[in-house]
Amino acid sequence: MSLNRTLWTFATLVAALSMAAAGYAIFFVAPDEATMHQIQRIFYIHVSSAWTAGVAYFVVALAGALYLIKRDPRYDWAALSAGEAGFAFTSVVVITGPVWAKPVWGIWWTWDPRLTWTFVLWLMYAAYLLLGTLVDDKQRRATLRSVYGIFAFVNVPLVWETIRWWRGQHPSPVIGGGPDAKLDPTMWKVLMFTWGATLVLFAVLARERYRLEALRGELDALRQEAEDSAAAAQPLLAGRR
Amino acid sequence: MATPLESVRDERLPSSSSTSFPSSTSSSSRLFPGAWAIFAKEVRTELRTRELLVTTAVFTLVVVFMFSFSFDPTSAESRRFGPGLLWIAFLFAGTLMLEPSFLREQANDTLAALRLAPIDPYAILLGKTLANFLFLIITEALLLPVFSVFYNVSLLPALPGLVLVCVLGTLGIVVPGTIFSAVTAHARMRELLLPLLLLPILTPILIAATESTSALLSDSPEWPAMGLKLLAGADIIFLTVAYFLFDALLEE
Repeated sequence: MSLNRTLWTFATLVAALSMAAAGYAIFFVAPDEATMHQIQRIFYIHVSSAWTAGVAYFVVALAGALYLIKRDPRYDWAALSAGEAGFAFTSVVVITGPVWAKPVWGIWWTWDPRLTWTFVLWLMYAAYLLLGTLVDDKQRRATLRSVYGIFAFVNVPLVWETIRWWRGQHPSPVIGGGPDAKLDPTMWKVLMFTWGATLVLFAVLARERYRLEALRGELDALRQEAEDSAAAAQPLLAGRR
Repeated sequence: MATPLESVRDERLPSSSSTSFPSSTSSSSRLFPGAWAIFAKEVRTELRTRELLVTTAVFTLVVVFMFSFSFDPTSAESRRFGPGLLWIAFLFAGTLMLEPSFLREQANDTLAALRLAPIDPYAILLGKTLANFLFLIITEALLLPVFSVFYNVSLLPALPGLVLVCVLGTLGIVVPGTIFSAVTAHARMRELLLPLLLLPILTPILIAATESTSALLSDSPEWPAMGLKLLAGADIIFLTVAYFLFDALLEE
């Protein structure tokens, strides 16, 4: 077992333990919220997943840009891995949001700017992942994916600006959904800890996905090699016959 | 294969050394003539069949007709729902129109020929974008009077503002649309994939264009300064990103 592998086994262990510890902190360390009580505890998972997804999409765009500059497939694998893991975290955000909103706001969904924006983000990265599955040529797939990843990332602030302007005109019935700036210090600590745990989990997930993609690349190369040597052997065999 | 091309290049550019290709700086001077040539080619191809324009125009008519069943199309209701309806129709028309933009080049592998041409690669994007812009604007110009009659909304008083919104909004649709048409040209299920990629990216355009049109068509019309600003901003951002990314799309 290589050092690299040992390191990642350790990281996986850290991710599992810190997620478990975060679960404990969320339910037993974080104080009870005055008006929302238990349901507020979903906030730690919700917010830290959202932040992690943000980090993931930054990695997607950065690795995509690096791929376009260097044309090294490893950057594309990194972008894809971060994109897939980030999409999973965005899904957590989109799912935990309504679960919290139903008891607190009384509705599952409202077209509040932040909700609308997250949903558009989710759609864009769903399209990003689909794009990869629908292009067969490897190099082409990497290029197209990188271009879309960058375009989508640049678009994110623009979407935010327009949605906020649009909703600003028609105020929604639910005002100030999120917590205000005065978050309890213990709550802050639990949130930061949960975010840290989520980031480690993200790194482990993305790394595993990357390994899978690297193995695929290796397998493709071996197949190609086998085909080439078979093609090279063809005239010899024909001569013998 | 490369020899005749290089010799042509040498005749045209006697100052450049005999073997090296002209650098991007010397070919960038050919941006506008190159873009114009591509644009003229696109328009000429379209005028020979008129397939794209006719099909899209009929399609938008169908969309506008079908929408009349989704709400009570009185004048007041139409002012409320009309702008959204119009821009959804334009967005759909755009995604349909843009799909063949790069696909047409595939049949005879003519994109390779375009890439070999002694023009700035950005000229290909610019020429195609301009052509798509023209086609979509024509579709919109055909649809707007029909919408006005069907839904009992008078467009004439708001016309100058409406033209501006249409120009900026259409630019916002065709710039990413042309890029993504190049992206999806090689994908399976591209007819479905293009709208899937494009429509979420176009959220800002849809919101800003719909809101601006609403402001212009309402009972007490206002000048949609903020909406126009957002549209123009989106156009500039899209054009800039497209400029940096298109090279990579052609390289592969």
